[in-house]
Amino acid sequence: MTFELELRGITKRYPGVLANDAVDLAVHPAEIHAIVGENGAGKTTLMSLLYGLFPPDEGEIFIRGEPVRFDSALDAIAAGLGMVHQSFKLFPTLNVADNVVFRQEPTRRGLIDRAAGAARVKDLAERYGLAVDPEAAVEDLPVGVLQRVEILKALYRDAQVLILDEPTAVLTPQERDQLFEVIRRLREAGRTILFITHKLGEVMAISDRVTVLRRGRAVAHLTTSETDPAEITMHMTGRAVDLDRRAPEHQSDQVVLEVGNLTVLGGHGRPVVEEADFEVRSGEIVGIAGVAGNGQSELIEALCGLRETDAGTVTLSGRDITHADVTERRRAGLAYIPEDRYGVGTTRQASVAANLMMGHHRRPGIQNKGWLDRGAVAALARRLVEVFGIKVASVSGPVETLSGGNLQKVVVSREMEHQTPLLIAEQPTRGLDIGAIEFVHGQLIEYRDRGGAVLLVSAELSEILALSTRILVMFEGHIVACLDPRKVAEPEIGLYMTGSHLENQVA
Amino acid sequence: MFEQIFDTALFDSATRAMIPILLAALGGMICERAGVFQIALEGIMLAGAFAAVAGSYLALNSGVGVMFGVAAGMLISLALAYGTVTRKGDSIVLGIALNLLAMGLTGFLLPQLFDVRGVFQHARIDGLDRIAIPGLSQIPWVGPVLFDNTILTYVALLLVPALWVFLFRTPIGLRLRGVGERPLAAETLGVSPTVYKYGAVLTSGALAGMAGAQLSLGNVVQFAENMSSGRGWVAVVAVMLGRAHPAGVLAAAALFALAEALGFRFQGNGLPVQVTDALPFVVTLIALIAARKRFARLLDLTTSA
Repeated sequence: MTFELELRGITKRYPGVLANDAVDLAVHPAEIHAIVGENGAGKTTLMSLLYGLFPPDEGEIFIRGEPVRFDSALDAIAAGLGMVHQSFKLFPTLNVADNVVFRQEPTRRGLIDRAAGAARVKDLAERYGLAVDPEAAVEDLPVGVLQRVEILKALYRDAQVLILDEPTAVLTPQERDQLFEVIRRLREAGRTILFITHKLGEVMAISDRVTVLRRGRAVAHLTTSETDPAEITMHMTGRAVDLDRRAPEHQSDQVVLEVGNLTVLGGHGRPVVEEADFEVRSGEIVGIAGVAGNGQSELIEALCGLRETDAGTVTLSGRDITHADVTERRRAGLAYIPEDRYGVGTTRQASVAANLMMGHHRRPGIQNKGWLDRGAVAALARRLVEVFGIKVASVSGPVETLSGGNLQKVVVSREMEHQTPLLIAEQPTRGLDIGAIEFVHGQLIEYRDRGGAVLLVSAELSEILALSTRILVMFEGHIVACLDPRKVAEPEIGLYMTGSHLENQVA
Repeated sequence: MFEQIFDTALFDSATRAMIPILLAALGGMICERAGVFQIALEGIMLAGAFAAVAGSYLALNSGVGVMFGVAAGMLISLALAYGTVTRKGDSIVLGIALNLLAMGLTGFLLPQLFDVRGVFQHARIDGLDRIAIPGLSQIPWVGPVLFDNTILTYVALLLVPALWVFLFRTPIGLRLRGVGERPLAAETLGVSPTVYKYGAVLTSGALAGMAGAQLSLGNVVQFAENMSSGRGWVAVVAVMLGRAHPAGVLAAAALFALAEALGFRFQGNGLPVQVTDALPFVVTLIALIAARKRFARLLDLTTSA
């Protein structure tokens, strides 16, 4: 049997790094093949090599048994490959059809034949269940639909092999299920799908076979029906990992954070958070779920003092901090792990030690009569580096040389060091690999077990479900549900996240 | 009073004032669509005006003059393209530098080549003839205003619908807009942003050079130091005000030209020169502020929808 696609001994070296080390990959026709691995395992490099974005140092690529050489993505497209990148490559002001036909426009007498283009797009969309209006402007479409446009682009160019790079990272559970339906239809139509992910649930749900990458090497070729998440994780990390920990909770009645009817107005005076009402007790993790942009960021900013509160109250350990500034809030007992670790969480050009010291700079011992004690700063930094296992060459080196996971450890360790009653963690594991996620989760749980109150915002439902004592769901600025993670399944949360529960009530 | 001001002569002078602005602004529009902020129109226009006079003087032929103007415009825009596209420099800094260079260079070459200062007039300079279009030029009011003009006037007016079709109906136009909006996305589909940006900048150079030729061989037959006198900047504003759309750019150019023509008229009626010279720029300011409000309202509508 000929493979649809085969890579043999693909090697790519970067100065000091072996990004891909003699990787073999064989994909059957009409199969859904998952490629899994931690961040930095070489998934993206491998796909970029396959897609002709840069050449491999060694190794060969075969398509249907024929050796091929790609000098650019155009060659790959011509050979029947299509790639849906993680960040979409679309033109916002153009409509769907123009985006799809771009550079392969059907023409009549030198002018673009828009009717023919739209018809072709509509035809493809219907055949594979990719509901999308060819005339709609791309900038008005939600992320899930944008992804369909990207898939249509590949299909319009007759892609036989479709590479999807972390396609579910930006989707709601409903959108994800729709995507899976499309993928299955494509397989039925004889197309081959390469599905890059690090979410094992999806691997199990959708793939036929799995190739696991670890540190640039393909360490396992598995058949999905004959394996399980534990085995895949073993291969990914080289050890056993337990991500699913609903450890016994030390719940208490001591309210740490009390938010009363909090309203925050956005531009044009429209409320972005409306009458949010909840509390966080000591020894619990309250998770806030929601599709990004439904007021979570604004809520957190208001709690942290980065944004004006327009109505309602915020009480922290019995102190009214509704209109307090950031310094007062922090003094009242609040630490904050911001969503954006590059722009907000750290100062990129400052040293690791300086970044670890920030916020601790008023502490006696660190500061002495207005002067920073450099020795004490270095000691603090070295201690945190050791306790949290941050991999750095030197604490005096700039923080920008750190990997995403290590950078996040800098932020997490610094904020935890405050040992405040309340910790606000915003997307604390976004973009991290399994090892780093496990670490951050462990830290949050430890914080909780020490009696801390944690407010966790995450777009990752599995994270919310695994960590939370209670789950709040935000939709269009409202907290629309308060759920018990032991009694609720993902799809139900998804309904609240997309506002579908409202339709159900009406019906 | 009204009829004394708004007569055929006013619209005739408005048309003449409009053509250079329109030509340059259409060039700027193409750059805008390709994602290059073209701010060197003023300098290119001035260099075009100078080269057109020089070419016409040397060859005793206005056609050669226009070609010289176009070539000079493309030469300067080549520097802009190289600096902003190939070397990824800042288009504003580079554009301003080129504007200053054009002013200095024409001011320097004028005495060097023609041994005059300030203004260069000569019998050898062949001006562009007015070509009356049979039939159309006989239409009362409109005919003499629009259809008894230089060849460049017709080129400018025809470019408006031509570029409209080009931008929105042809594959190349679609790709150009794509490059301007998301160069990386265009590149992944095999459309080279470099090629399209070079093409756009060179085209704008040709058009702004042509605008200069219309200025020095059409509107008058002479070169005067700094004779573009802000028209290139007005063209930059026309691109923004017209939202980089051919019809919008035409409307904006017409508005500014009318202001300029009115300025001349008021000057004849005894208003101080300084006031009337300022009129087009006052209109520019008002238009920009008014448009800003409109944009804000538009934004408001789209975000609240």
